[in-house]
Amino acid sequence: MSKPRVAFFDFASCEGCQLAIVNLEEAIIDVVGLIDIVSFREAMKEHSEDYDIAIIEGSITRPMDVERIKKIRAQAKILITIGACAHLGGVQRLANQWTPEENKAEVYHRHPGGTEHTTDANKFFNQPRQRAVDEVVKVDAAIPGCPINGTEFAKVLLALLQGKSLPIPDYPVCVECKKNENICVFELGKVCMGPVTRAGCDSACTNRGHECEGCRGLVSDPHMKAQTDVLEKYGLTADDILRRKTTFTYRYEEEAQAQKGGE
Amino acid sequence: MSDINIKVEHLTRVEGHGNIIMNASNGQIEKVQWQISEAPRFFESFVRGRAWHEMAHITCRICGICSIGHTEASLKATEAAMGIELSEQTKILRRLIKAAENLQSHVLHVGYLVAPDLLGVDSVFPLIATHPEAVKKIISLHRLANEMSNLLAGRTIHPNCMIPGGFTSVPSDKEMRALKQKLVDAIPTFLDVAEIVLANAGALPNFTRETEFIALTADDEYALYDGDIGSTDGGRWPVEKYLEITNEFVVPQSTAKYTKHARDSYMVGALARFNLNYDKLSPLAKEWAAKFGLSPVCHNPFMNSVAQLVECFNDVETTLAWIDKLLATGMDQENICTKYEVKAGRGVGATDVPRGILFHDYTFDENGICTKANCIIPTNQNHNNIQHDFEALAPTLLDKPEKEIELTLEMLVRAYDPCISCSCHYLDVSWKR
Repeated sequence: MSKPRVAFFDFASCEGCQLAIVNLEEAIIDVVGLIDIVSFREAMKEHSEDYDIAIIEGSITRPMDVERIKKIRAQAKILITIGACAHLGGVQRLANQWTPEENKAEVYHRHPGGTEHTTDANKFFNQPRQRAVDEVVKVDAAIPGCPINGTEFAKVLLALLQGKSLPIPDYPVCVECKKNENICVFELGKVCMGPVTRAGCDSACTNRGHECEGCRGLVSDPHMKAQTDVLEKYGLTADDILRRKTTFTYRYEEEAQAQKGGE
Repeated sequence: MSDINIKVEHLTRVEGHGNIIMNASNGQIEKVQWQISEAPRFFESFVRGRAWHEMAHITCRICGICSIGHTEASLKATEAAMGIELSEQTKILRRLIKAAENLQSHVLHVGYLVAPDLLGVDSVFPLIATHPEAVKKIISLHRLANEMSNLLAGRTIHPNCMIPGGFTSVPSDKEMRALKQKLVDAIPTFLDVAEIVLANAGALPNFTRETEFIALTADDEYALYDGDIGSTDGGRWPVEKYLEITNEFVVPQSTAKYTKHARDSYMVGALARFNLNYDKLSPLAKEWAAKFGLSPVCHNPFMNSVAQLVECFNDVETTLAWIDKLLATGMDQENICTKYEVKAGRGVGATDVPRGILFHDYTFDENGICTKANCIIPTNQNHNNIQHDFEALAPTLLDKPEKEIELTLEMLVRAYDPCISCSCHYLDVSWKR
């Protein structure tokens, strides 16, 4: 059997997730042995439109980006997203609190040329809204995180190739944080998203005394699966934490608002 | 003379996605343009309403490869706005982290992205078979730089233990000693890699267009973490004056803003720092600059990659000195973050990140909520200079074969190192005849 052909693509993002893959260094060679990378513009000039697996980083913004992701979806047998931008819309989803015109005015219109060049007639500036990839096309697997955990990426890719279930946990970061014997950052007076956030990062932030920012998104049912013993200890409920307007959770807020509007 | 129509789409990010357009007919250039088609993300708009302690963790997400530089510029802006003082240990650790980022980024750029051009291949992958020892050495240096930032900043990409006033955790003496030993052991590897680049440096095009170079500058060190704004045309300004230097403007072919100062354009990055601050470089760095025949002021943008290599030696030598300084007193594990009061104010923070000088400027209300933000990124400051280089370079290439024109234009953009994520090893050049 020939090796699956894999292509990387990026949309609105910092491209840190592709860098996290490059940072696997030698370990990436194990993965590379199982696949043929036919396009990975961070590292190579070679490029092919003939691929089986598409790996997508970034949020989908303008009509030109929607067109591009649809073409990729049509070609790929399997589409995997990497990182919080593709999974949740990224930190830049916070921009959806304002209209595109308001955002353009804040960023561009204070400069010479800003008003005349950034109209929707210029396709580079056309109607920018931030969306996750699965809001535009079907996604077969979403690897969460900002940035992704490179090791988790390698494991998920391997599982997909072997037709196994995806090794992405559905329990909160607290589980990993406790295992790592960290001092709970609530003890340090901080508010942590760990009790409701999907694990898999090996509690990277709380290991270093920083609160979890929720970059991997919520566990599938935060009311059922939250780390309630931690919350109770500090007199909090899952709702208290979920109400916190964090950097990475604006997607959930938008979805809750849409649901309210629909009722 | 045959017509030339180059259209390079998605030259990958340069702070995102960029295109190269070149049309020529009967030996006359009709159009040569550097386009930035990156989807805008509006950071300066959406950070409004966020708290002071979130700012660095949000704005580091502007760039995966310079997330450390963004974190530091962001923290400096917040600290300036609120009058937060830093301990000596914090100041040294911040410099070490800056050096780690510079090393990681430069090794990646010179080793993975520029070397294939010099050796006549399309990517680093064919080199694994033809130059296995060299590739292994480059990988080991890249890994070392990443280990250094993981230890000091918590994480290479989007650091998590750096906060206003200091850190949430710092390494132990033992960890610092181990880091020092690894760096000492790596010096022969750096020398080997530099020899390989030197042996192939003849492939760097000889192109000169006089321009202005802008970078941080300081009296007592080769400025990366801190300093004033300096120019090779003369002049020194406090960072608060950055708007008078950058003069941003918007052009239709780019979602990234352009900048200009006294001339049509200016350049930032390793070559700018080298040109402005050569006399502050460490001995080994100066020795290697001489081997490459690089001396200030050099106006060949292709030499930016060589300036990066020279900076690697400077980073290693200064890092070793800083670690010794920290170990002389031992790491203070208690006072790792200054106590401060949240207050209203405006602050500007600047650092010189791998790709050049970076500014963050925030205004906070009395609750520490951001009401106004401005970030000026190095790659954006280089776009206008790339465009002017294109206009000077393209006419000299017209009698060359198409493939060579294509490669030279690619190499020019790549020399500016517009970001690895952003870097240009995927230039899907299509020729229309």
